Order: sequence, then structure tokens, then C-alpha cells
Amino acid sequence: MRTVILGGLVADPVRGRAEVADVVIEDGKVVAVGPGAAGGSPAGDRDRGGVPVTVVDATGKVVLPGLIDAHTHLREPGQEHKEDIVSGTAAAALGGFTAVAAMPNTDPVVDDAAGVRFVLARAAEVGYVRVLPVGAVTKGQKGTELAELGEMAEAGAVAFSDDGHPVPSAELMRCALEYSRMFDRPVIDHCEDPELSADGVMHRGYWSTVLGLRGVPAEAEQVQVARDILLARSTGGRLHLTHLSTAGSMELLRWAKERGVPVTADVTPHHLSLTDEAVRLLDYDTSTKVKPPLRSREDVEALRQAVAEGLVDLIATDHAPHHFDDKDVEYAYAASGISGLETAVALVVTNLVEPGFLDWVGVARLMSLGPARLFGLEGKGTLTPGSDGDVTVVDPKAEWTVDPARFASKGRNTPFAGMRLRGRVTETVVGGRPVVLEGRLVGR
Amino acid sequence: MTLARKDILTLEDMEVREIETLLDTAASLKEILDRDIKKVPTLRGRSVLTLFYEPSTRTRTSFELAAKYLSADTVNIATTTSAVVKGETLKDTAWTVEAMGVDCIVMRHPVSGAPHFLARLCQASVINAGDGMHEHPTQGLLDMFTIREAKGKLAGLKVAIIGDVLHSRVARSNIWGLGKMGAEVWLAGPTTLMAPGIERVGEVLASYGGSVRTTHRVEEAIEGADVVMVLRLQLERQKKGLFPSIREYARRFGVDRRRLSLAKEDFILMHPGPMNRGVEIGSDVADADYSVILDQVRNGVAVRMSVLYHLLGGAPMEVPAVGETPPGGDVR
Repeated sequence: MRTVILGGLVADPVRGRAEVADVVIEDGKVVAVGPGAAGGSPAGDRDRGGVPVTVVDATGKVVLPGLIDAHTHLREPGQEHKEDIVSGTAAAALGGFTAVAAMPNTDPVVDDAAGVRFVLARAAEVGYVRVLPVGAVTKGQKGTELAELGEMAEAGAVAFSDDGHPVPSAELMRCALEYSRMFDRPVIDHCEDPELSADGVMHRGYWSTVLGLRGVPAEAEQVQVARDILLARSTGGRLHLTHLSTAGSMELLRWAKERGVPVTADVTPHHLSLTDEAVRLLDYDTSTKVKPPLRSREDVEALRQAVAEGLVDLIATDHAPHHFDDKDVEYAYAASGISGLETAVALVVTNLVEPGFLDWVGVARLMSLGPARLFGLEGKGTLTPGSDGDVTVVDPKAEWTVDPARFASKGRNTPFAGMRLRGRVTETVVGGRPVVLEGRLVGR
Repeated sequence: MTLARKDILTLEDMEVREIETLLDTAASLKEILDRDIKKVPTLRGRSVLTLFYEPSTRTRTSFELAAKYLSADTVNIATTTSAVVKGETLKDTAWTVEAMGVDCIVMRHPVSGAPHFLARLCQASVINAGDGMHEHPTQGLLDMFTIREAKGKLAGLKVAIIGDVLHSRVARSNIWGLGKMGAEVWLAGPTTLMAPGIERVGEVLASYGGSVRTTHRVEEAIEGADVVMVLRLQLERQKKGLFPSIREYARRFGVDRRRLSLAKEDFILMHPGPMNRGVEIGSDVADADYSVILDQVRNGVAVRMSVLYHLLGGAPMEVPAVGETPPGGDVR
């Protein structure tokens, strides 16, 4: 099987530059990249040995190494009314992701090797893109005793996380970081001090005061970011801080990186796009309710700056699909989370690329190479010959209006509904197989 | 005129002109409360539902009487005896009562923003009778009405609001309303019960000629005040460690005769009720002649009549059938 992508702007973060080039994939691997690499008449190659060929004309488009989402909730097993591996990976493919890391806060929690194997087997059977299972840090994500990290690593878990919750105990977090060193897998922490965040439902500040909603202070995140950084520093365990949302967290991250602490971090497209004022502008619409909450203007500016400077290692969606009924209630009673896979690229283009915070090599670094390195995935995050045939093609000028009713995800919960965005994924190629062509799902 | 809006959810989003209209109409409707037969046919054939997810004496009764005095039909749902205890969602409750033909839903709810949610779901008018820590717009209106009645104006007055500002929907509605009408609002209370970023509200209100200042010294707020408004202390706050004891609160922040001696000679004292006597307010001052607490209650009925009248579009000719229209109280 041969896939040829012609004449797009190929952005490769390993080579550190973008140039108009062809990409040729055969038998699941990139075999040639460069101007004219596909030869004079790629369609003519159809005759060569009867190999099926897919030709994508990427003129005027951007060709990226396959995007990887380091933070996705696929909800299977147990919460298939919110999402399952079929709908979640279809949404991923349409959003331009060739692989997604599946968080373990399912029902039951993925906290042992059997759970990891289940996710892998289901994904192999029905998934449109690769699924990278994340195992729980603690049994049942209860925060009391370590889960079998070694067994899960052996079964294929790429990382450990109690996401949805923080690891509340500092001692347990210390143990997890120390123990996980043996498997060279990162521990991903959702930083939220449960006492400081308490029953808060939005960022604590001016808008929470105006709206009379209980606030989550920036310090609820920062206290645990600081704690985790100190623990990573002393243990040498690999720490990944997910969905950081505040200016203060960026300062702490900078402090840690300057001292060589083994820490990486991601931010989400929604925290880079919206401020807490959205809760007021959308009149308490529960699609704005998310953990951590949408933050202040100063925080959003600090996050964008940190992304531009390369302080942040990756952008991850924290795709958190919910059933309609879980959101169609009073604000305080609504579930937290945003369905993010299908808007991520457009939000990055609209809010980071167009205003000049990021170039396309930067996008590839944050959304492909960064996550590939986080999970130690060989052959991903680049399009150099020999690497995996995972490719995402984006039309950077295409304008479209977000219509959740057209999502492949079962989760229609998005504060971006009705918003005009720029940048649309047109092709997604997974291991040389075209999964999305011209913006439509074509198979798995 | 009637207001060009379906619902009354906040004073934050209410125009000065709308506030004035509501207060002026209330002034002309208040006279009905003094009649032997307290009934005008203005809202005959309209139906008003009070839907209370929190306990209430004065607000619910006040709305119900206001509606009845205007000849609307009223029905009350107390959530403890309704299908809500069977787990019915607000959406289903709303659609159910709307299917029965309710024109207006007056709702109190413990969750901020719940009336906004309800208003989106329903064709019926929604009046927020207090949502969580957010707003209680008719309380704000009745407080402004009471102040205006006593002082003849709102602009330029120093109004001290004392107590738990953080959790108070009454405070928020008064801050927006009074600020928009040009008052100088002072907020005093323990630092742990002050709402974060509240000073920025003052920046917004500056364009209306109003201001917001905060202090943890009650004396500073009361000094030279025209109005002292004491907020109810929600006693369960102490359990959360926001202040150490009722005793310390009462001594440092309680409003008593000594502190009130700093106010202007002709000041008035207000409390939205229900009071914790001996905690945020002493009985000696609550029952003194400068206290307008019972006027607030009475005015509440007039203000709610005005709100119902404007939202439900009563026929103007049917309103002030007898008596004089007070100055500035023409029903437009």
C-alpha cells in the first residue's frame, strides 16, 4: 500500500523547518520526503506491480507528522453513553490525531494489566487511530495505594495517571515517581488541591464574584504543581503536569526546567482560547464548566507566551465527552469537561498560529513530537524517512463554524459551538492507511 | 410602558431607566396596600408560580401577595413536597408547569445561574427570587425603593453594607443597583468574607457615578453613612473556618449603638432578614426608630407588584384606579 501526499508545506520538528515537499509512504513507513520526491507522475505508479495508491494533493496545505493527543477520555469501558472507543477514535481521526492516550478513569478504572490489555484489544479491533493506554497511579484511583505500575507497563501502558483527580497524598506521589523510574514511564498529575478547590466551579476572581459562583483559586493548581516539582527533583522520576492553566504554574515550570528537574507539561486548546469571562458571556452555559476552570485574561496570556517560548512541551486536548443530560442542568450540578478532539487544531490555528505565537514547526513540535517524546514512541513525531506513516494534513485557510451536532464524538459539550474558526483537518493517515480524506472518515 | 424583557434575573444587566421605571411604578402601586380591599384587576387571567428550592418566608409570601393584589392566579411549589424529591430535574419541572399554562415563574434556587437556565428553557417570564450567591434583584429593588422613599434620592448617598459580602446575593444586587443609581457603596466585613475582585465592580460603576469601596473596619464604612445595611450572617460559614467564632464576629463586625453613632444623624438602618439578633445586629438598634426593616418588608410587596405588572404587561388603565399618583410615580 502506497500513499503519496503532494506539494504541501511539510513541517518537521526534528529537522526544524518547513518546506514545500512530497511525502511518500509505503507499507506503513515514510520512504521519501522532499521536493518532487513522489516523481513526475505519482498516479502513474498505480501500474507498478498493482499496488493500491492513494494520492493526496496538499497544495496550499500543511503536512504534519501525525498528531498525538496525550490526554483523551474515551470513556470505555463503562461509560459508553458518553463516548466509546469507536466514536472517540473517529473524533480523533477527524480532529487530525493519529494516536490518543486514553485516560484510565473509566468504570472500572484501568488499574491493572488486564485493563490495559482490554483497551489495546478493543482499539485494535474497532479503533480508527492508535490508542495508547494510560494506567492509574493508584488502585481504583482512590489515592490510597499504588496500582501495579510494572504489570501495566509490561502490558503496554505508556504512562500513569489518576487524572480526573489529583494524587492527593504527597507521600504516595513521591513513591509513584520513585517507583515509575524503573519503567521509564511518566507520571501525569492533574494538579488540584482538593481543599483549595473545594466545591468551586469556576476560576476564583472578578467573574466568580459577579456571577456568584464558587471559585477555584489559581493556587489550588499551583500548590500541587510546586509539590510535584519538588518531588520530581528529589526522586528523579519523570513528572508530566497536565492541563496547566495559570500564570503561576508557568513560573513554577520555568523554575523547575531551569534547574533540570525532569518535568514536562501540557496546556489545552480551551485554556489557550477562552477566559473565565466566557461563563458570563455564555450566561452560565455549562459547556464552559471544566477542570481546571477557564482562567483570567492574564493567565491565558501567560499560557500563550509560554507556548510561544517553548516552555510548554505539548498541547493536549483533555477531550472530556459527556452525555447531553450530564450538562443540561444547573451550573453547579453539571459535569466538568469539554469535548475537544474535533476543535483542537482549529483553535490552535486561530488562536496561536494566526496571531503569531506559533509557526507550523511549532505546532508539529507541540502536538506531535512533544507527545511522542513524552511516551517514548520511536518513529513518531517526525516525517523523516523510516518513520511511521502517520500524517495529518491541515488546510490552514479553511474557515468553518463549529457545529457540535456534526461531531463524531458522542460528547457535544463545547463552548465553541457556533464559533467561526480557521484551520481544518482534511486528511489523517494512520500507519500509511488514509482514515480521513477531504475531511471525511473513509475507514479504518 | 412595560419592560422590553422577558425575565428579571439580575440588576447587573438592568438599565438605569428600567430601574427607575420599576421603582416609580412601585411607588404608585404601594397605595393599594393601604386600601380596605387590596385588589385591582390588572393581572386578571394571568398565572404566577412560585418555585422555591430553598426555604423562604418573606420573599415567597411577598411575591404571592403581590400577585394576588393584582388579581393574578398563584400557585406554589414547595420542592420538599413535590416531584423534586423524586429526583425530577429543573428542566422537567419547568416544562411540566409551563405545559399547565403558567405565565411567570418566580424561582429561588441554591445554585447561582439556575434562573438563567430556567429562562432559556421557558417561554414564561422568569423572576429570580435569589440564586445561590449570585443575585436577588427584587430585594435590591425594594432596598433602593426604601432608601429613595426615606432620602428622596439615591445618587450621592453613602451606603454601608456590613457583613458576609462573599456569600450574599442581597449585597451583589444592591451593589449593582445602588452603584448604577450613583450611590457611594462601602462594603465592610472580615477579609475572609469579602468577595474577590469586587473593587473591579466599582470601576464598572464609575461610569454611572457610583463607587465601591471595601474595608475590614466597620467604623470606616459607617462613618458619615446615610444608610447602614446589615447582611445576614450565615452561621454555617463558621464551620468552614471563615471566621473563628460567633462571639468574635459579633464583637468586631456586629452593628450596635456605638458603631451607629458614627453615621449621619438622619441615617436609616436596614436588614434583608431574617435577622440573627445579637450576632450581626443588636436588638436595641434593630427595633429603634431609625430602623426601616419593616418598611423594607412592606415595600417588597409594592416592588414585586411593579415587577409582575411590567413583566406580565398589565393593561395600564387598570392600575391606579384610586388615590393619588405619588410624585414621579406616573405609570408610563
